[in-house]
Amino acid sequence: MTAKYAAVKPKRVKMRGENVTVFYGNKQALHGVTLDIAANKVTALIGPSGCGKSTFLRCLNRMNDTIEGARVEGVITLDGEDIYAPDIDVVELRARVGMVFQRPNPFPKSIYDNVAYGPRIHGLTKNRAELDEIVEKSLKSAGLFDEVKDRLHDAGTGLSGGQQQRLCIARAIAVSPEVILMDEPCSALDPIATARIEELIDDLRKNYTIAIVTHSMQQAARVSQYTAMFHLGSLVEMGETKIIFTSPKERRTQDYITGRFG
Amino acid sequence: MSVGAGIENNMPGGGAQAAALGACSAGDPAGRRRDIGLKRRYRAEKRFRFYGIAAIVFGLFFLVLLLWSIFAHGFGAFWQTTITLPVALEAQVIDPDNRLAAEPQSVSDPHFLAMIDYPLLLRRALAQKLGVAADDRAAMREIGQMISPSARGQMRRFLGANPQAIGTVQTIRFLASANVDAAFKGQINFSLPQDKRKISDRQRQWITLLSKEGLLHKSFNTGLFTRPASANAESSGLAVALIGSFYIILIVLVLALPIGVITAIYLEEYAGKNGFTDMIEVNINNLAAVPSIVFGILGLSVFINFLGLPRSASLVGGLVLSLMTLPTIIIAARVALQAVPVSIRAAALGLGASHTQTVFHHVLPLAAPGILTGTIIGLARALGETAPLLLIGMVAFIANYPHSPLDPATALPVQIYMWAGEAERSFVERSSAAIIVLLAILTLMNVTAVFLRRRFEKRQ
Ligand SMILES: Nc1ncnc2c1ncn2[C@@H]1O[C@H](COP(=O)(O)OP(=O)(O)OP(=O)(O)O)[C@@H](O)[C@H]1O
Ligand SMILES: [Mg+2]
Repeated sequence: MTAKYAAVKPKRVKMRGENVTVFYGNKQALHGVTLDIAANKVTALIGPSGCGKSTFLRCLNRMNDTIEGARVEGVITLDGEDIYAPDIDVVELRARVGMVFQRPNPFPKSIYDNVAYGPRIHGLTKNRAELDEIVEKSLKSAGLFDEVKDRLHDAGTGLSGGQQQRLCIARAIAVSPEVILMDEPCSALDPIATARIEELIDDLRKNYTIAIVTHSMQQAARVSQYTAMFHLGSLVEMGETKIIFTSPKERRTQDYITGRFG
Repeated sequence: MSVGAGIENNMPGGGAQAAALGACSAGDPAGRRRDIGLKRRYRAEKRFRFYGIAAIVFGLFFLVLLLWSIFAHGFGAFWQTTITLPVALEAQVIDPDNRLAAEPQSVSDPHFLAMIDYPLLLRRALAQKLGVAADDRAAMREIGQMISPSARGQMRRFLGANPQAIGTVQTIRFLASANVDAAFKGQINFSLPQDKRKISDRQRQWITLLSKEGLLHKSFNTGLFTRPASANAESSGLAVALIGSFYIILIVLVLALPIGVITAIYLEEYAGKNGFTDMIEVNINNLAAVPSIVFGILGLSVFINFLGLPRSASLVGGLVLSLMTLPTIIIAARVALQAVPVSIRAAALGLGASHTQTVFHHVLPLAAPGILTGTIIGLARALGETAPLLLIGMVAFIANYPHSPLDPATALPVQIYMWAGEAERSFVERSSAAIIVLLAILTLMNVTAVFLRRRFEKRQ
């Protein structure tokens, strides 16, 4: 498997998984995946359902730790540092590697409090004015500010699905992470909301490194610079998106992209 | 396979008929519709609706019957009959040995005050009003039976506070005896022969006379809430039971709520899943099903016999009922915690909240309404619990207000139990009144729960 991936080497690697193997109880979900996430690029993870995309993504900020019976082997690094090393604090790691989930999951609190929660718990601001500023900046980067600026203190759960997802993105960027992981962030959204989020992802790339799981080939092609194809818990191939989509080396990738299986 | 063929195969008895009708097959609106048992399904639904409504009507009928019988029996006890009379505080009755002339300060001496024959004063006042000669001993005895023995204490307190009133005539309002009360409320059947009822013909005439003169009053029975236990129905009240129940509920709330919630949080959020926690879980579920009397026995042997806490004290009652309520609260809190969506936990953890921050900032607030409901249910159960309290001696005649949870007290349900066991009708009436009070408190608690729940849910 390792050999197949070696074709491309991103210039600057932000996160790197080496031989990542994951078990849920006795069931093996990932078989030695080796994969680089390039800095300030969007890396798309594609592959048929159940192939381990979410599992790999969750390894990158150790969300698998919260799943009972999950066991991760191999080495995952962030800026060259092993994130599973004993001296790494998982709370700090998650402040550096944020996550946006498949279904929008705003806290049942106000819009403001949703965004302010991260900065508050990490003590990122000294006073209310600074916090206000972060909230506004994050909502602006998530492209939501204009829609909600008059009702910042209304419930976040009262927004539309697309707005909620952008709120979740704003919430994730409010803690200024270095990497943002997105697990099918548009799967619950309509095409217009999806388009807005895709634009947003493209914007965010300037400041953040992004890894995104998606089932939409068009989306992967539109937003990502690198694409990794998974199948049955293994990495099939990884490369620059335009190459993967035009001339994949692997037949399975070709078949999946053209919709012959999945 | 053509669509038509598929449908024909599904037709009941299709083959021949379909062949006969030839081209008539799928997509033909005039064609035969498949019998998919709609009628049967609607019939089943109707039947089920009928069963449901029947069950509700049945339940409501008994609820109404229960409430009606309690209110019919107990409502009267919220009114109490008093007699208002000018009473001559004759010096020779109050001070037959003329002690006051020698030592006037003895009027505040409790011993002196206790020796006075107050009933005689009241009997004479009543006899005068009714035109009965003071030397007609039989009549005087019947007059005496019309006055509540509690008037004695009332007179003593009055004289103690107003010694200058000796020798004057004072208008005093005192409780009529339970039998007069019953007769005045129309609860006595006068078609029975005289010796089979509690009020004689003569007394009946007197009652009529008094009420004509406007000296008998039915007024709201504040004594029911402010008086302690008494041997006389008309002057016994729920005060001790109310205070006892209040202490108990307070203790249960202060002990069982935090312990229960902390236990639930620990088991649900922190403890690993292993044989030991499984065992704890099974035991908690078992404890919730243990009959309450067992907790009473436990309380008796541990708190009273072993730890030496006082018998009959609401502290022990509260401790025992806390133990009994704990499993209920733990189970309710665990269910509430489990019901918090995983996505909320993931959101918080994904932002870098620590486990404890996630629990206390997000999970617990979302679980609060459920925990609250469980707590109120537990408290309501504790408030209505009788059996364990009987075992720890909270069933007693207690005439003094408990000033602390260490003082002897009773509880509302125990008071109901004690009054219901009395032979006298007036006590049984009070028993029903106490049930009404208990139900009112329970309703109040539930309304509070609903209100708080709404508040919690709105905040989110
Ligand atoms: N919490 C879990 N417990 C046990 N098995 C799990 C768990 N989560 C995932 N798995 C298993 O691990 C494998 C990979 O799952 P994963 O969720 O990573 O797939 P995926 O590629 O994200 O699929 P999808 O596109 O449908 O989201 C699957 O076989 C799944 O059944
Ligand atoms: Mg997934």
